[in-house]
Amino acid sequence: MDSLIQLSYFVAAALFILGLKRMSSPVTARGGIVWAGAGMVVATLITFLWPQMHNFGLMTAAIAIGGGLAWYSGKKVAMTDMPQMIAIYNGMGGGAAAAIAAVELLGGEFHSRTFQVLAVVGALIGSVAFSGSMVAFAKLQGLMKKSFVFPGQQIFNLLIFGGALVIGFLLMGADHPGSSGILVFFGLALLFGVLMTLPIGGADMPVVISLYNALTGLAVAFEGFVLGNAAMIIAGTVVGSAGTLLTQLMAKAMNRSLSNVLFSGFGSAAGTSAEAGSQGVMKEIDATDAAVMMAYADKVIIVPGYGMAVAQAQHKVWELAQLLEERGVSVKFAIHPVAGRMPGHMNVLLAEAGVPYDKIYDLEEINNEFPQADVALVIGANDVVNPVARSNPDSPIYGMPILDVDKAKNVICVKRGKGKGFSGVENELFFRDNTRMLYGDGQEVASKLINEIKQL
Amino acid sequence: MIEGFTALYIFMLAGFTGYEVISRVPVILHTPLMSGSNFVHGIVLVGAMVALGQADTTLERVIGFIGVILGAGNAVGGYVVTERMLEMFKSSKGAR
Repeated sequence: MDSLIQLSYFVAAALFILGLKRMSSPVTARGGIVWAGAGMVVATLITFLWPQMHNFGLMTAAIAIGGGLAWYSGKKVAMTDMPQMIAIYNGMGGGAAAAIAAVELLGGEFHSRTFQVLAVVGALIGSVAFSGSMVAFAKLQGLMKKSFVFPGQQIFNLLIFGGALVIGFLLMGADHPGSSGILVFFGLALLFGVLMTLPIGGADMPVVISLYNALTGLAVAFEGFVLGNAAMIIAGTVVGSAGTLLTQLMAKAMNRSLSNVLFSGFGSAAGTSAEAGSQGVMKEIDATDAAVMMAYADKVIIVPGYGMAVAQAQHKVWELAQLLEERGVSVKFAIHPVAGRMPGHMNVLLAEAGVPYDKIYDLEEINNEFPQADVALVIGANDVVNPVARSNPDSPIYGMPILDVDKAKNVICVKRGKGKGFSGVENELFFRDNTRMLYGDGQEVASKLINEIKQL
Repeated sequence: MIEGFTALYIFMLAGFTGYEVISRVPVILHTPLMSGSNFVHGIVLVGAMVALGQADTTLERVIGFIGVILGAGNAVGGYVVTERMLEMFKSSKGAR
């Protein structure tokens, strides 16, 4: 029996790795998640045969409750809300790892001191990932609007963390750790996760979620050592290292370092320093002229931003693109790495509208095509097309890679109002000679453009 | 039981594997991939089941029960959202 269980875990671990590998290419990605899912089913079913277990009724009920709720919420959630859903599921994983550690510590039967140490470390990481992810969820869901900052915050956080560490060390050394000590330890660890996440702004949240994802993986691996479960060790470690790499890639795409994200509230430092006051005037255009401009162009590049997704305009925009293509216009979509709420999020939103992924181009792929484009249509994007990032070293967004939209022959910016972008920086693009502003809600504007083009 | 250096070797090799599997991933897949790796650590469900299965006191049972709920949520939720996202990626050539 034991070798059957071990064999199943081995198969599951192999399926996880193969699944993740397939998920790293858009062509095979769909199959990847199915493979990994099959591995999960095999591992879960075989675990019912684990020797010397009881409480099967409770176990089945818990799986039904947790699985049912997650199934329902996962099916229902809108694509725009995907980041916070990932955060909450990830937090659950961290919480589960912490719960395993709690049960093991309360039981107090460890085969060796090493396992006890790993259990405590995994508990700490898992708890932080759990409560931190919940705060990240609340922030992205809009339940918690403001960044929570107070003087001496970092020192206070450090004290809480230090307290958790000290009690953690005591737990590692104790032969039969007392339940009150265990309780205080988990309390402090959970509190630290909350405090650490509170001051981080919404724009940086994806990086933080990715980091907690990696941490949960690590916690799972550590608890896997404690339980002697190879599938948990391998899956957890793979996610731990893959998640760390993914976190770095995301931070790099946002032009921030990880420590910068974790230890400085965004926006608070980015003062409105040395802004050149009047940079000229914004020139308006109406939908009719914009439609003519695009319909008779050879090449149009559409640059969507999160504003488009908020306006739920992606379907209309894709309809517009198809209409243009029927007239022989070459249409491409240019996506900035941080468009949307997390890297790659905009691709998901466009895919939802039915845009094929080979019409969508990354920043490096498309940037040298802007000079040949007759029209660049910017919808709901702002900071990621601001030329200030190239030219003005005083700007808070200086150095961030941007889409060189301003190099197109004509730029049409669809915008709801005259406000600034997320970073609060004035967008120089809007004042350029080749830029025209088209005011209105993204979906309405797209519908108007479609109607105008149909009448041509 | 996996012990000592065997455990350490597994840890090291799995770490390199994760790094290699993810490197050179196009940005377009960052979100689904994060979601996918989030699903993979849902394997914690298995550990939570074992912990609950060996729980003896009421307190242990309660914590184990919560652990299994959370683990199942991680696994099922992670799968559902990843699958939903990846399902939408289509090529204009219609091939998959």
